[in-house]
Amino acid sequence: MQRLRYFSEVITLELDEAKCNHCGMCVRVCPHQVFEIIDKKVRIIGRDFCMECGACRMNCPQGAISLDAGNGCGCAAGIIEGAFKGKDVSCSESSKSVCCN
Amino acid sequence: MEAIGQKCGCGNSNQPVRLELRTTEEKCPWITNENVEAKSTKHFIIGHIQASEWQVPQISTKLIWRDYLGVLMVRWGFKRNNYRVDPGLYAVGSPNEYSDVLVTANYKLTFDIVRKNLGGMNVWLLVLDTKGVNVWCAAGKGTFGTNELVRRIQLTSLEKIIIHRRLIIPQLGATGVAAHRVKQQSGFTVIYGPVRASGIRLFIESGYKTTKQMRLVSFSIYDRFKLIFNDIRYDLRYLLPLFIILAFYSGIHLQGYSVVQAFSRIPILTIILLAGYVSGVVLTPLFLPYIPTRNFSFKGFMMGSIVSIFLIIGDLFGNNTIENVAGIFFVSSFSSFLAMNFTGATTFTSLAGVKKEMRIAIPMQIASVFIAFVLMIIDTLIISG
Repeated sequence: MQRLRYFSEVITLELDEAKCNHCGMCVRVCPHQVFEIIDKKVRIIGRDFCMECGACRMNCPQGAISLDAGNGCGCAAGIIEGAFKGKDVSCSESSKSVCCN
Repeated sequence: MEAIGQKCGCGNSNQPVRLELRTTEEKCPWITNENVEAKSTKHFIIGHIQASEWQVPQISTKLIWRDYLGVLMVRWGFKRNNYRVDPGLYAVGSPNEYSDVLVTANYKLTFDIVRKNLGGMNVWLLVLDTKGVNVWCAAGKGTFGTNELVRRIQLTSLEKIIIHRRLIIPQLGATGVAAHRVKQQSGFTVIYGPVRASGIRLFIESGYKTTKQMRLVSFSIYDRFKLIFNDIRYDLRYLLPLFIILAFYSGIHLQGYSVVQAFSRIPILTIILLAGYVSGVVLTPLFLPYIPTRNFSFKGFMMGSIVSIFLIIGDLFGNNTIENVAGIFFVSSFSSFLAMNFTGATTFTSLAGVKKEMRIAIPMQIASVFIAFVLMIIDTLIISG
């Protein structure tokens, strides 16, 4: 099946090679196979598929991964609801939108 | 804190000995309103397993009609925010001190999918309190996270029930759980499992190895199909107000207002609204990968235009070209807005991407609706004139 992708030009994912010890945790947790180990070194190979979920940053023991976004996915309904509540993104428990099912 | 293994203090003596320590701020699960639901869905507990000095509820790996009814209910958006199981430790089969511990969320739908996939296995299932939200979304909010995991390990006295120190966490939980911090704080080693519960058996049998396929999140047509029902119900909130606005607007003409004219346009308004609705909520999600562009609002816009054109061909649209064009603009922008709201249901959209898309899409949708309204005025002028 063809892999779905979204805008890649806004993705802020960065891997600091000086800090990275190539443990491969990011390869293990990424749901979109953005990382791969090539010649024992971690490389970003699928930047286009990154959705900034934050799993790699969360699990990087070296703190070598940076992202501008917080964790989680992008949801227009959450942003709209947030705008009415004066928050950035609202996907509170009261939210009944389809995300967070 | 109360003593470990003490009976629940709510006075319901039929309830088994609870495994958790209860802090004072934690409400008794048997008497609070939110757990009236949970009480009626306790059918999955089929016995108890003695582990160290505690009795752990043993759960069935078979779903019954009530579970399937629950699936239908939450898929349609009913009681979805309160479809939970009690957090804590559960036994699947007859686990012992060497058995694996799987961790999951306390959304009943998630819990059911996990236990259904554990038939014939002997494992512990540690259910975190994610406020009834699935693993991935809860991980994004941090409720399926390091703190809750470490806390739950302590509350269930897990270190006294098992000898090893391994926890199998669903891969999508990694957004909230930091494996190295769990190790520091609890001494437990986090092993990330597959994305889907259906892969757990193979994962354990192969000595905790995952294939690329197991690690990849997918979004098949079946996944998308399951999600549309909730949106069908959720987005009804837009349908009725729009209908009222449009019906009122249809009555305006040169000499003032005509109720007869408004009523005469009700069939066409209904068609236009439903066309936009079905296009944005049902068709765009279903055909998502096959519609060009990555932009959800544009996908919705195109789908709305296609649906409108089909309606024009079928002679179910306006009475003249201006009405038809107004209809296309309205259906497409409504569809575009609804399709944009599907971003949160998908497995691949970033927050930065959605914000970027909305900055352009929302003004476009407003402009498009405005054009439709202007065309309707022009149409009225021509008819009246």
